[in-house]
Amino acid sequence: MTEPGNVGGSATPQFAPSVVEMRDIYKIYGSGATEVRALDGVSLNIRAGEFVAIMGPSGSGKSTCMNILGCLDVPTSGEYWFRGVEVGGLDRDELALLRRNFMGFVFQSFNLLPRTSALSNVELPLIYEGVRPARRHELAMKALKTVGLVDRAHATSAQLSGGQQQRVAIARALVTEPPVLLADEPTGNLDTAMAGEIMKELVSIREQRGITILMVTHEPDIARYADRVLFFTDGKLIRDGAPAEVIP
Amino acid sequence: MRALDTLGMSVQAIARNKLRSFLTTLGIIIGVASVVAMVHLGQSATRSVTEQIASIGSNLLFVMPGTAQRGPGGLRTSAENFELADAEAIRNEVDGILVAPALTTSATVVIGNANDTIPVIGTTNEYFAVRNHYLEYGREFEDGELSSGAAVCIIGKTLIEEMFLGQEPLGSNIRVGRTACRVIGVLEAKGESMGQDRDKTILMPVKAVQRRLVGELDVSAIYVSALVDGSTGLVQDQIESLLRQRRNPVNGGADDFYVRDTQDIAQTLESTTNTLTILLGAIAAVSLLVGGIGIMNIMLVSVTERTREIGIRLAIGARARDVLTQFLVESIALSTLGGLIGLVIGVGGTWLVTWQLNMPFVISPTVMAVGFSFSVAIGVIFGYFPARKAAMLNPIDALRHE
Repeated sequence: MTEPGNVGGSATPQFAPSVVEMRDIYKIYGSGATEVRALDGVSLNIRAGEFVAIMGPSGSGKSTCMNILGCLDVPTSGEYWFRGVEVGGLDRDELALLRRNFMGFVFQSFNLLPRTSALSNVELPLIYEGVRPARRHELAMKALKTVGLVDRAHATSAQLSGGQQQRVAIARALVTEPPVLLADEPTGNLDTAMAGEIMKELVSIREQRGITILMVTHEPDIARYADRVLFFTDGKLIRDGAPAEVIP
Repeated sequence: MRALDTLGMSVQAIARNKLRSFLTTLGIIIGVASVVAMVHLGQSATRSVTEQIASIGSNLLFVMPGTAQRGPGGLRTSAENFELADAEAIRNEVDGILVAPALTTSATVVIGNANDTIPVIGTTNEYFAVRNHYLEYGREFEDGELSSGAAVCIIGKTLIEEMFLGQEPLGSNIRVGRTACRVIGVLEAKGESMGQDRDKTILMPVKAVQRRLVGELDVSAIYVSALVDGSTGLVQDQIESLLRQRRNPVNGGADDFYVRDTQDIAQTLESTTNTLTILLGAIAAVSLLVGGIGIMNIMLVSVTERTREIGIRLAIGARARDVLTQFLVESIALSTLGGLIGLVIGVGGTWLVTWQLNMPFVISPTVMAVGFSFSVAIGVIFGYFPARKAAMLNPIDALRHE
């Protein structure tokens, strides 16, 4: 097995190493007549530092693809290499460690713990890493500063607006300084103005940190913030290119 | 993940839902409290029986006429009474004992305007030591009074309270049956024992009771006290073989007397109270088990309710064992808390009941330790299944859970 961080099996001559590589991925639910192919032979390659938007109508397989990319779900067949590691050979706990160390997640519905302060929410991934309380507090405050919410650190989710909650979620995703950020419809529950702010936040984070961002969205306006768009239909990746080329 | 953080997380989860946590714990509280109270009360009852028997007299043997056969009406006593000579023979033949012959009857006693039927025991001065019931003041019988059967008596405290109405009884004459009898001493208070007022009694010289009250020259029981601890078995054997020689040639066949040891009686009663303690403890243990199932129910509901939270935790890097530990620690914390509260209530309840019933307050660290460990064990056992269910959730299903 190759160590994480090494260049994957891709032979593509590129200057940036490959972060994610899918080879002929299938995700099939049910069998026989009721068989549903959520992913139908998808192959893709994403290099470090890219900002990729995944688009497609509902049921096109974009969310399934995202879940497999985030190691929350496993494919039925095919190879998925994450930073040079074949994820198919890992068990539950190894997948959890992969998520903990290399990925940050932002969800459409924010998914903050209820009745818990913003600070505690941001500290949570560090607790699982075994970071000591003082250091945890320091890192969490730093992450909250990045998203401009230091003064709301002790507010609970219910006391925060949607945009603020999503910014707390971004701080939580970034607090472990992962190389990859996965965002599933991050602006889906926000109004247009708020959505624009969140996207600017993501763009600036990417510029500052050189982080790889994978984002699912169905809104063309949001997808235009990315520099590459993958378009799915019926479980197949049908278009792959710059936003101007892919988005009609 | 640090152990302290796991504990902190669980405590937060418990504190976030105080009412539910309390209701979950209630089953354990009631279970532990009842186990602790029942077993302690049982031990307290055993102690109280033992103390009462000790107060009758230690190393005491009752030698009674009749057969030691138990029937529907209790012990059967159809044999002839002993003679004073039998008591005399035991005293002379067996070493290391005190012997008090007793002829028990009851007589109408008149003191001033009061009259009542009082148990009268005709005996000798050995009675005080043998029955562990001494004079409070006054004097013992004199040798002359014993040999002549003089009309003198020693009375119990209840008579002073109820019939003398608190007046000084020494030197006054009371009527016992048809005899005028001079009071020479007062017995110390013994209180109730086995439902009998031991202070409502009159002692007279055995010959006085024989001649003046009963009109027979025999004794109804011989009390024997072994002076050396643990020698009652040997003494019993010696008395039995002696009495067999003295009585059987007359009556023939089987023994027509029996010797009973207070320790026998104590053991019988103790084993009865022990059985009751075990029974009550077992019933209480069932309630502890039900409390454990209550914890499991609530934890299972809690896992379902917090599925999404578990999904979030898994997504940000919690391993299955982190989630398992969190839920397990939560249920153990709940049951431990319940166990502690249950201990306090159980011990408090025991104290209250023993205080009300005037029983000795017994506290056993073993019982408390067992009760408490059981509650913790219940947290582990009944918390494991829900915790495992939470840990085995698929992250993506958990995140999608509404």
